Amino acid sequence: MANNMVRSFRDIAATQEVASPLRVVQIDGLVILKIIKHCKEFMPSLVTGQLLGLDVGSCLEVTNCFPFPSREEDEEIEADGANYQLEMMRCLREVNVDNNTVGWYQSTYMGSFQTVELIETFMNYQENIKRCVCIIYDPQRSSQGVLALKALKLSDSFMDLYRYNNFSGEKLREKNLSWVDIFEEIPVKVSNSALVSAFMTELEADAPVSQCDYDRLVLSTNPFMERNLEFLVECMDDLSMEQQKFQFYYRNLSRQQAQQQAWLQKRRAENKARKDAGEDPLPEEDPSNPIFKPVPEPSRLDSFLITNQISNYCNQINGYILYRWVYTLSLPIKGHVYVCRFMYGDEKTCPFVRACFRPVTKKDSEHWRSQQDRKIGML
Amino acid sequence: MASGNTILQFSPSSTNLSAKIHPIVLFNICDSFLRRQDQAERVIGTLLGSISADGTVDIRNSYCVPHNESSDQVAVDIEYHHSMLVSHQRVNPKEVIVGWYSTGSGVSGGSALIHEFYSREVANPVHLTVDTGFSSGEASIKAYVGVNLSVGDRQLAAQFQEVPLDLRMLEAERVGFDILKKTTVDKLPNDLEGVEASMERLIVLIDEVYKYVDDVVEGRIPTDNSIGKYLADTVASIPRMSPAAFDKLFNDSLQDLLLVLYLGSLTRTQLGLAEKLNTAAQIL
Repeated sequence: MANNMVRSFRDIAATQEVASPLRVVQIDGLVILKIIKHCKEFMPSLVTGQLLGLDVGSCLEVTNCFPFPSREEDEEIEADGANYQLEMMRCLREVNVDNNTVGWYQSTYMGSFQTVELIETFMNYQENIKRCVCIIYDPQRSSQGVLALKALKLSDSFMDLYRYNNFSGEKLREKNLSWVDIFEEIPVKVSNSALVSAFMTELEADAPVSQCDYDRLVLSTNPFMERNLEFLVECMDDLSMEQQKFQFYYRNLSRQQAQQQAWLQKRRAENKARKDAGEDPLPEEDPSNPIFKPVPEPSRLDSFLITNQISNYCNQINGYILYRWVYTLSLPIKGHVYVCRFMYGDEKTCPFVRACFRPVTKKDSEHWRSQQDRKIGML
Repeated sequence: MASGNTILQFSPSSTNLSAKIHPIVLFNICDSFLRRQDQAERVIGTLLGSISADGTVDIRNSYCVPHNESSDQVAVDIEYHHSMLVSHQRVNPKEVIVGWYSTGSGVSGGSALIHEFYSREVANPVHLTVDTGFSSGEASIKAYVGVNLSVGDRQLAAQFQEVPLDLRMLEAERVGFDILKKTTVDKLPNDLEGVEASMERLIVLIDEVYKYVDDVVEGRIPTDNSIGKYLADTVASIPRMSPAAFDKLFNDSLQDLLLVLYLGSLTRTQLGLAEKLNTAAQIL
């Protein structure tokens, strides 16, 4: 009987060992506000903070967070930072806040967060807590009326590779890992307590337009796109540098192989001569010879990260243009206010160009339609 | 008879004082109230922020402080309060104590004692009450300052005087009420949905303005000069240009956008292609 009990507990423990994959991150409204406050107040510099919460099944609940003081180089202060963290956790526990670390948040500039540092921090966290998440907030983008909040984690296969620091082409092919698979974005859910919800419902200002609408409809947003393009160009430069590294590597490799071949032929001829003379042949390999030393293959991690970054910028640019498109179409045209509700074609054929387009007359509408057709045709 | 120099006096009341509260403080208070100790009736905590030159208190942050309350005495964990203050100031030294908060409606007996404690921390602290029980049937958030009622040097009583409170909902608006109001939101809105919602609101507003102007023109509504002036200003804020010039400008900018879009798509295609070539080359 007792034995049975023990086994069943062990069974339970064993079944719990198999954790279900992280499907969704549920963030409290409080945490969102706290992150935004912290990131915005220190806007030009990038800041980080700790996320606290609970790990429930396939859902990671983030119920509170606290900011880290801005980083300082001094080592003594760094130790102080660890103290600060412990102190803060202790204090928060005293007022019944969940004090399990579930990850960290950080601000980013125009989505340029795909760095080796991020991966390293993630690995550090991962060592201590099984499941952690990184929340990325972009204050720059958020000033345009978008809530630029993302929850990320590293994919398991990438973490395996990173642990052994093995980014040769062969290994990557073995694991079937491409640059898309480094980061996994986890869907974000927002939750608010009923109390907060009641307060917000009562206190909501009943203005017809909110600040968010103003932010979205600001017209002078070209600087944003310009900066995005600048970053894209920089990334391209970096990528071509990486490529040069690879070219250099392959050139070295082929030169070495040629040398090896030449050496081998020489050795074979020599062996033949020795055989004719009745001597023992020399071995066909010579590890002491420098031409047999393998050329180290450069790691592909950097180029993967850069590629990721480029793809991120491209997405941002694309999203941004569609966004601009939607509302430039509703600018006042020819003195009229063309506020438009226009479904470009079928929703199915072009899901994102659902611009609002409601022209004043039918003729105008047709004119516009043909113009748009022409422009989209160019794409 | 008193010798005439005993005057009942108020200490100078600061009538021009007002308070601004940011939504994060409200969220924090609600959260700490929900996580209060078993059997505790209310939670109290410290308010952080800044005081501007004109006497406006900007309440930007808060933290909960554990306390114990019985009928005649209050024990506040002062050590906790101080260590938390030090921690908060390490992150943002500009935020100083501006007062304290408590949940529940109105001011209770213990409040005077706590207020006195905070008066030692900062001159003229603000007391914020958040009625988490909705006892009056509505969400009431009130701010008070303490006024000392004294006879000569002797203090008789403390009076709490309500000061105007301004809810700064700007940040909340930026995040979006849709996210903060509901108990669960399954998905964050993406850019396009956001801009669509904004456009829809704009359309409604413009329709309303059209209707209003039409009504005025047709004489259905009495003319209001101030609204008229406002509308004229709004229209005038857009530079007037000829349709041809506008068309050109508009199309040029659209072309630019399309070109960049093309560039972006091209880059992405290249990345995809490179990926394919990479794997293909390795298989060989």
